[in-house]
Amino acid sequence: MKLRSAITLASAALALAALTLASSLPSGAADKVDPVADAKAFKKFFTDKFPKVKLEDFVNGPYSMNEDLYRQWQDKEQFPPYEFALEMGKEMFAKPFKNGKTYADCFPNGGIGIRQNYPYFDEKEGKVITLELALNRCREANGEQPYSYVRDEMAALTAYMAFTSRGKPMDIKIPNDPRALEAYEKGKEYFYTRRGQLNFSCATCHVQSPGERIRAEILAPALGIVNAMPIYRSEWSGMGTTSRRFTTCNSQIRAVPLSPQDDEYRNVEYYLSYVSNGLPISGPGARP
Amino acid sequence: MRNVKPKSALVLVLLVASAVSAFAAGSEEEFKAAYAAADAANKEAGKLRNQWTTTANTLAAAKKAADAGDFDKATASAKEAEALAKASIFQATSEKTRWKDMEIR
Repeated sequence: MKLRSAITLASAALALAALTLASSLPSGAADKVDPVADAKAFKKFFTDKFPKVKLEDFVNGPYSMNEDLYRQWQDKEQFPPYEFALEMGKEMFAKPFKNGKTYADCFPNGGIGIRQNYPYFDEKEGKVITLELALNRCREANGEQPYSYVRDEMAALTAYMAFTSRGKPMDIKIPNDPRALEAYEKGKEYFYTRRGQLNFSCATCHVQSPGERIRAEILAPALGIVNAMPIYRSEWSGMGTTSRRFTTCNSQIRAVPLSPQDDEYRNVEYYLSYVSNGLPISGPGARP
Repeated sequence: MRNVKPKSALVLVLLVASAVSAFAAGSEEEFKAAYAAADAANKEAGKLRNQWTTTANTLAAAKKAADAGDFDKATASAKEAEALAKASIFQATSEKTRWKDMEIR
């Protein structure tokens, strides 16, 4: 009897130890990070939810969700409100810095037709590099002051660069580097995490409710949402960068925005861009 | 109480009344303590990268009322700010695992 009790006790102790070990493992270890499966599931979710919308049309945001808005947008595209930013961006892009160099010297292919490769994971730095960040680093490397991430100059530059990539499929790579996978996963976590007094996550609006109205606006689907950046917004009466979009989304849900280009924003842009791989670049976009 | 003389009873009532009114009016010390607690909770939320704009606004309202000498209002605002900050801490902590419930799989 004593032996049997000892065996029972030992088994129970082992089972308890196994349980304790399992519960102490980080959640990431239990769920393997699989960006390919994520992107597939992401696209399936939206195409199942909106079977009438073609995959490539999701980049047109609210216009893809509503026929009346779609017609309005087509009319608007005759004289697009972002045109002035496009012209300004083209001029700025070509104008040499004080040292004689230009933006073209900082980017592959002279910066033309490369928007679809941003953001990328820089293995030397171990961080995500967005197009906005790369542009300011280019300026600083050439002795110029960086631009505000939320104002017109940055929007104009990225508008022009996006325009030179129009129609090209988003092509974000995740290199074989655990830090890149971690950045991707952190971006995903940020996207789904509720914050602010209104207790909203990015997904609350752009996964659960695309096509629905929030006050006077129709919410855009998360799929392809970054492909249209930067955007002219009638609500803003001007252009907005990706940084501006993220920070204003935060303040609208009563969360104190982080600083533009903080790691969280870079990571969430990386995640959102990756799951939109294959969809065309449509920026600069126009939104109500 | 049967042995308490009317005069003593009056003093007692006055003492209690003044204590109650002092509590109701709120003191600068009470405001300072409430503000410090709210500020500390908001800083904790900041470490979790999850401050709420409403906490900051309510803290500012508390300070404004205190500057105007209205410690009643200032203390009430500071206590509200602390509650908001604590709610944002709870949100950030619970979302560490809850975000996965929303994930598209």
